[in-house]
Amino acid sequence: MFAPGLALRGAVDVGSRRSGEASPGGRNGTQGKGSMSAMARKLAGVVAAVVLLGVLIGLYISSWAVSAPRTIAATPLAGAATPTSSLTLQTVAAVGPALSPNHPNWVSYLVRQNGRWVRSTIYSVPANSLVHVTIYQFDGDSGLRNAFLSEVQGTVGATEVIDGRATDHINPEEASHTFVVPQMGVFVPLPGVPEEAKNPCEVAPCDPATMAHRTIEFTFRTGRKGRYRWQCFVPCAAGTYFNFGGPMQTIGYMDGFINVV
Amino acid sequence: MSSEAPPAGGGEPDHARRFATIWLVATVLALPLVIFVLGPILPPGNGSDTASGQVTDNTVLLAMATPVLLLVVLYLLYAIVNFRQGAGGVLEGPAVRGHPQLQTSWILITATLVLSLAVYGTVRLETGYGAGSGSGPKPLTVPSGPKLPIQVIAQQWAFTYRFPTYGGVETTHLELPVGEEVEFHVTSLDVIHSFWAYQLGVKADANPGVDNIAFVKPTKIQTFEVHCSELCGLWHGGMFDHGRVVSDAEFEGWIHEQQRIFAPATRVLPPYAKTYLPEPTERGH
Repeated sequence: MFAPGLALRGAVDVGSRRSGEASPGGRNGTQGKGSMSAMARKLAGVVAAVVLLGVLIGLYISSWAVSAPRTIAATPLAGAATPTSSLTLQTVAAVGPALSPNHPNWVSYLVRQNGRWVRSTIYSVPANSLVHVTIYQFDGDSGLRNAFLSEVQGTVGATEVIDGRATDHINPEEASHTFVVPQMGVFVPLPGVPEEAKNPCEVAPCDPATMAHRTIEFTFRTGRKGRYRWQCFVPCAAGTYFNFGGPMQTIGYMDGFINVV
Repeated sequence: MSSEAPPAGGGEPDHARRFATIWLVATVLALPLVIFVLGPILPPGNGSDTASGQVTDNTVLLAMATPVLLLVVLYLLYAIVNFRQGAGGVLEGPAVRGHPQLQTSWILITATLVLSLAVYGTVRLETGYGAGSGSGPKPLTVPSGPKLPIQVIAQQWAFTYRFPTYGGVETTHLELPVGEEVEFHVTSLDVIHSFWAYQLGVKADANPGVDNIAFVKPTKIQTFEVHCSELCGLWHGGMFDHGRVVSDAEFEGWIHEQQRIFAPATRVLPPYAKTYLPEPTERGH
């Protein structure tokens, strides 16, 4: 483990020896300087290239990191005993080129703001209040991977209202999407539009007044301030790995945040 | 130890002997501190038989690593102090070509350390019923006595828990009775996840189509964290929850309340099975 005396035995004064050596190739001082300058130029070039590459990568990552959809605030409802606000959403099978030029075929949630449908999944709601959610569901059914999530949890009364009828669960095979905020314990399954329905919506934005849809309403209570993730649990991204890629893995389509403020 | 006696009249000291003494003294002083002071506070704590076993394992590993760490660090410091180059020319040591005693010692000591750890680890895995890790569908060793089976179902991005001995009810949170042997059956509905109940010392992979069994006996009433420890997509970091170890009576009350709350979902759940791998047509590829 330890070599006795190795460290000092036979030490050589390299500095002294080297000082007596001639310059290789008979270079004089000026030539040496020229050689060093060339090397320095190369080194500077490499450093500059690395820095430039780093800056470009940094710009790309930062532009990606700040490209999240804008936050949409819930609309306050006047006259309620408890502070209440509302969110109006729709789910669509294909978001379309107008709302998503890069991924027009992706399934998505949309939110209504000032009478227009906007592609955003980041919502702002007041703390310690009630949030009334209306979802116009235009997509067909895909079925839940885990039937357990077909039960409504965490809403006021532990129910949702589907097309005017209150219920505490749906048929798991008829699920099209879910609206789930795990940290709040809110689990709401959304049934799909029947295949035989007339006038289905192919591409968003879809018009609830004229196109086949299901209307789902529920209310949940917010607690303390914070940022809570929400997601769809139905594997509805057809054509992706386990039907859970693309829009299921991207904020702004089937996942987002509830900012409780 | 040195083959060269120090020159008379204040020449080079016997560095080998001097350093060996320093190292031995430091080791003798450090080991009790590591074993008796640092050991008891090592993670993951003493929340279960498995967790306590891991604390013991971490203490053993640290105790074996301490002399090695001290050897390296102290020699570095010793060299800096004693072999520092003064002003003047650059000194280089001689080339070392062949030192049978040194080479043999190095090989024997490192081999002994590594092989003894391999034996220790194997024994601990066997006697600890997998030491909190999943042992696959057919564990080599199984604790005796009654066990509470709980299925851990992972999916992107949540864990749920199914209790086959309580009517197959599934829950969103996990509570465990203190002092009772638990038999986790960990599986996944989609990609690879990993069920990590930190304070319980349980960390078992959740693979689709695999029933991965892990055992644990919680030994104290406490809250524990549940994480996914296998990168599994967008909300991997959100697969986080708190579980509770409670008294027997409290557990019975909780599980019956869960049966009542989740009665609608329980009615539509598929029969309890070891795995629930989706059909190939549902995998999207």
